[in-house]
Amino acid sequence: MLGTRGRGLSVQLPRWVRIGLVLSDSTGLARLRTLFLNPQHLAKMNSTIDYGYNSKVEGEIVISRADAVINWVRRHSVWPMPMGLACCAIELMAAGGARFDISRFGMEVMRFSPRQADCMIVAGTVTYKMAEAVRRIYEQMAAPKWVVAMGACASTGGMYRSYAVLQGVDRVVPVDVYISGCPPRPEALLDGMLLLQEKIRREPSARGLFTTRPHDPGVVGAKA
Amino acid sequence: MDKILETLQARFPFVSERASGDHPAVNVPAERLLEVAAVLRNELGFDVLTDLCGVDWDKDSPRFGVIYHFYHGVKKMYLRVATLAPNDAAPEVPSLSALWPSADWHEREAFDMVGIKFAGHPDLRRILMWDSYPYHPLRKEFPLAGIETPLPAADVAEATKATLIAAPMMGGPFHARTEEKHHMSDAEPRAADESWTEENPKPGAKG
Repeated sequence: MLGTRGRGLSVQLPRWVRIGLVLSDSTGLARLRTLFLNPQHLAKMNSTIDYGYNSKVEGEIVISRADAVINWVRRHSVWPMPMGLACCAIELMAAGGARFDISRFGMEVMRFSPRQADCMIVAGTVTYKMAEAVRRIYEQMAAPKWVVAMGACASTGGMYRSYAVLQGVDRVVPVDVYISGCPPRPEALLDGMLLLQEKIRREPSARGLFTTRPHDPGVVGAKA
Repeated sequence: MDKILETLQARFPFVSERASGDHPAVNVPAERLLEVAAVLRNELGFDVLTDLCGVDWDKDSPRFGVIYHFYHGVKKMYLRVATLAPNDAAPEVPSLSALWPSADWHEREAFDMVGIKFAGHPDLRRILMWDSYPYHPLRKEFPLAGIETPLPAADVAEATKATLIAAPMMGGPFHARTEEKHHMSDAEPRAADESWTEENPKPGAKG
């Protein structure tokens, strides 16, 4: 399943459950095999022909790059912490509902405690009064952590060019993905979360595993 | 036409009629406000205070005022009452929060935004901005974009190097174009002067 050239599982869910496995055989060609999960095929799941590797030959060991495994695990279970401050929170809730279903990507576990969450989705207008709380919550999250600025207000202050609104949450926390929209549709939020998954896929995670380098790309406007 | 104005003027000679396009409106001096309000609520049936707002009239004197709207539940009519704070340097007006608890937060907002103090208010502190914010943002001399101010929490300000900045206005408030016929795509609000942004400020001008 996880070959050295394979990309791992990619999950798409149309009306019926369809799992695509990208496999690479010994010649390096990638072939798409699909399994339709209906009862007749479930009986065949035990057959080694339907999998990419033959456990009798390769044993129970899968060889892969550490980064590939770590990033696969991290990006397919991003638990968001909804910092739902205003109207974007409603679209965030809609994305968590059944029609748009953020659960497809492993993100339905919305943890409101920063200690238990991976990604803070800042959904809504951040006032200067609230900016202190947003920063403190961010600092309480454990690494690895990411921040998604959802909507115009979180990205740049939005339509509020005023004395009371923080002109972009990236002034107080480092942001990984910006999602535009006022509010962004749930599909746009899901697209942003997919971008975050792509970003996580490219991270050099193994490098930071055994060092104490902090995961903090920096804050807009901060002088070093 | 209801006779509330005649009733009030007969009862309180210091009450004068106020020019108004929609609802009956009166002016009341600040020191007599409480007794007029008590009579309005207890005897004349105006039992709902629907609005209380502080105003900066931007005149020499008196500069600050408060406008109240009372609603009569039976006659289904509004009455507007306007007062002026006598002292411009330290504007103060009696608080109505003893008569109407809904006045509590509205008076806190008037204090926060315009700086009018309310005598007898149980807990007069800022409600929208943080407690140590130094300005009153809805006064006429306060600029639309704001004034640069340090953030209240010292450790957050230290960690993020963020301050309350004057919001980048990019050449003026954003207005939708209304003059000539144009497509809907052109009608979105735009800055008056789009030649510069926060990233590329005009040389020599304040960003």
